[in-house]
Amino acid sequence: MPSPPPPGPLLSMTGMTKQYPGCLANDHVSLTVERNQIHALLGENGAGKSTLVKMIYGVVKPDAGKMVWEGEKVAVQNPGHAQRLGIGMVFQHFSLFEALTVAENIALGLGSAAERVGLRDRIVKVSNEYGLPLDPDRVVHDLSVGERQRIEIVRCLLQNPKLLIMDEPTSVLTPSEVQKLFVTLRRLAAEGCSILYISHKLEEVRALCSAATIMRLGRNVAQVVPANKTVKELAEIMIAADLREPTPRPGLAGETRQRLVLNKLTVRSPHHFGTDLHDVSLLIAGGEILGIAGIAGNGQNELMDALSGEILAGHPENVLIDGVPAGLMGPAERRRLRGCFVPEERNGHGAVTTMTLAENAFLSGFVLHALVRFGLIDEKRTHKVAADIIHRFDVRTTGPKAQARSLSGGNLQKFLVGREVLQDPSVLIINQPTWGVDAGAALAIHEAIMALAQEGAAVMIISQDLDEIFILADRIAVIAGGRVSDPIPTRDATIESIGRLMGGTTAQPALPVAASLTYA
Amino acid sequence: MPKIEPRGYESKFWGYASPILALLLTGATSGLIFAIMGKPPGRTVYTFLITPLIQQGGLEALVVKAAPLIMMGVGLSLAYRANVWNIGTDGQFTLGAICGGGIGLAFPDANPWLLFPAMLIIGTIGGMVSGGLVAWMRIRFNANEILTSLMLTYVTQYLLLYLVTGPWRDPQGFGFPQTAQFSDAASGPRLVPDTNIHVGILLAPLIAIALWVMLEKSLLGFQFRVLGQATRAARFAGFSENRLVWIAMLVSGGLAGMAGLLEATGTLGQLTTQVSPGYGFTAIIVAFLGRLNPLGTIPAGLLLALTYLGGDAAQISLGLPNAVTGIFQGILLFYLLGCDFLLLHRIRWRAAPVKVA
Repeated sequence: MPSPPPPGPLLSMTGMTKQYPGCLANDHVSLTVERNQIHALLGENGAGKSTLVKMIYGVVKPDAGKMVWEGEKVAVQNPGHAQRLGIGMVFQHFSLFEALTVAENIALGLGSAAERVGLRDRIVKVSNEYGLPLDPDRVVHDLSVGERQRIEIVRCLLQNPKLLIMDEPTSVLTPSEVQKLFVTLRRLAAEGCSILYISHKLEEVRALCSAATIMRLGRNVAQVVPANKTVKELAEIMIAADLREPTPRPGLAGETRQRLVLNKLTVRSPHHFGTDLHDVSLLIAGGEILGIAGIAGNGQNELMDALSGEILAGHPENVLIDGVPAGLMGPAERRRLRGCFVPEERNGHGAVTTMTLAENAFLSGFVLHALVRFGLIDEKRTHKVAADIIHRFDVRTTGPKAQARSLSGGNLQKFLVGREVLQDPSVLIINQPTWGVDAGAALAIHEAIMALAQEGAAVMIISQDLDEIFILADRIAVIAGGRVSDPIPTRDATIESIGRLMGGTTAQPALPVAASLTYA
Repeated sequence: MPKIEPRGYESKFWGYASPILALLLTGATSGLIFAIMGKPPGRTVYTFLITPLIQQGGLEALVVKAAPLIMMGVGLSLAYRANVWNIGTDGQFTLGAICGGGIGLAFPDANPWLLFPAMLIIGTIGGMVSGGLVAWMRIRFNANEILTSLMLTYVTQYLLLYLVTGPWRDPQGFGFPQTAQFSDAASGPRLVPDTNIHVGILLAPLIAIALWVMLEKSLLGFQFRVLGQATRAARFAGFSENRLVWIAMLVSGGLAGMAGLLEATGTLGQLTTQVSPGYGFTAIIVAFLGRLNPLGTIPAGLLLALTYLGGDAAQISLGLPNAVTGIFQGILLFYLLGCDFLLLHRIRWRAAPVKVA
């Protein structure tokens, strides 16, 4: 370092305000990040975390407020300006070209030709220094999500940032990858790069961060030292309510009839860089919840689509719903067998955002609710079905005539889960039940899923959130590379054992076992 | 500095106001063009939009021109709502006239109670074949329907040219490229005696109402709307995209064919080198001006019919070129699509006041 850094905090923001049409996203928010600090920014979805961060990174211009960077007042014009100041950001959704190599992707993000000189060597050097092994010549679409994240981090580190912003970095990582990332982050902080860590995973924040700013509804609500609080206390500050624990289920109901059977289900992904499913075989009994754990992009969406009938299986016997061969049936026919589905993506897949809630209730409910008379929509009963979902699932909205896009993510998810649950399904498949959903809505959704299983339905939840799977599932299987492991009872599973399976490569313990046999 | 910002919702007010604003802007812009051409803008716009309505037989001419535009506009609203971009209705219109008209020319003395309905049905089927071909190519070969439907328009036009200059040419027609006149039996009934007011003028609004009910109230119409707004949600609900593409192309093509047959028999009286003065393309504007709502195509069709009459009037009394009609329609479509920006965006002339809580 040529000169010692000026005293005072690295970044200090006060009175940051941003008004969006119909929504005050940030209302006089303050944030102070010290040097060498790993600082957590906590809050539910919609609390205003992203807006605040986008203002730091120059993506969004504040309506009011003061930002002081290294003792000087600045107004960040754009991300390029932020980078020149020494601010780097790793987004939740990566911006990488799948068909290009690691080095090519990083080169594209750099400004001038001069910066590209000796790039390969610098990539190798930085990635080794910080425990982020990367081969600059690998093509991105062959890399795991964890490796892709490393590219984004290395891309930032090449600019020698003083502040690294990370948005939900662990949502795509296995537990062991998370541990490695934490080592890297601690090292970075010690060497003078502060980290602003956005997350809603409270356990991680407690382990990693030395300070936390908590936001709710666009305002600061607290400034705490995470290690001094319990997870429950942190969560309660976040949602400003006492957190109820979901009531544990009394265990498997007496029924043991196999309601959903997958029999060597093999499908090709219709997407260019999708994951094919190989020989997936599973049995789910009535009253049972099966959890499918796995890192994003390992075939979850293909499994969901193959179960809902959006992708057809090769043979009718590949999928049995209540004993009926359904492998070649489309979604409407599978619903007639009382199969119900909640896809991961709400906007434009599970719901048509530009249509009303009543129309969205009709979308998947017209078969089982019999909402069509002589080819015409029975609008009165459709309205009643939607009103019933809104009422029973406490969906905050103006009523069945509201457009789906006017709802917050959590409320729309409650509506979509309610839409399927109230059809009294015999088989329910949910992909990422509480993705992007606040804690209150998540609890309501979990309770609905458990109640449905209690009544005898077979439920499959596909989730990246291991905590959620451990709370809900009776048995857990792991999807990795389009293959699904044999389910194990939840009481025999540990986060570590499931995490190892999620990594995929260490999923086959064949070699060590064989080795020990020869020694015996 | 004015600032543009997204509303975050679709404005109800601008849903109605945007076509009206577009119309006003079109009037102003065409007035400006007339002024540049050395014509008095006020009088020219008056001649263009008002004179045709108040002159003798003006309303008759208006509804006769509007009927085919409405029929085709209705079919296009349906297709466009499902993101099926049929822009070849001009060819489907012509093929309908050729197919149905051919029956009329072949059996001029048949029983009129059988002949005309048969012509109407065959004409409709002609349009459906042309539309169906487009659907088949999109589904089978993933061929873009915008290109295939447009190119088929030229194929059909040359087929018509071949027929009226070759095998179907009227032997008593002094060598003109035209067929014989349709017989009385083949010309279809008139709603008002001694006028050109043919059955199509009654059919067009009825079809608009029927398709409005279908689109807004039926399961099939719901499928079209979902497909147009969210393809994945349509798949999730189990709606077959291919089936809907077929239906959209068959309905929009069939309606165009029916309109073509009615135009040939009801107003032209014979087939010549041209059946459609660009009706099929004008119908695209009709569909958008009517906000892709079948009922909206009725006033939209009437307005666009007026631009044809206005073009004639401006040509006769002011000596303006006939291209004025096309210019006016083009400007209208331009503003129509432009004004729709206001549906989802608003313009702020001053910085937004910050609410302090």
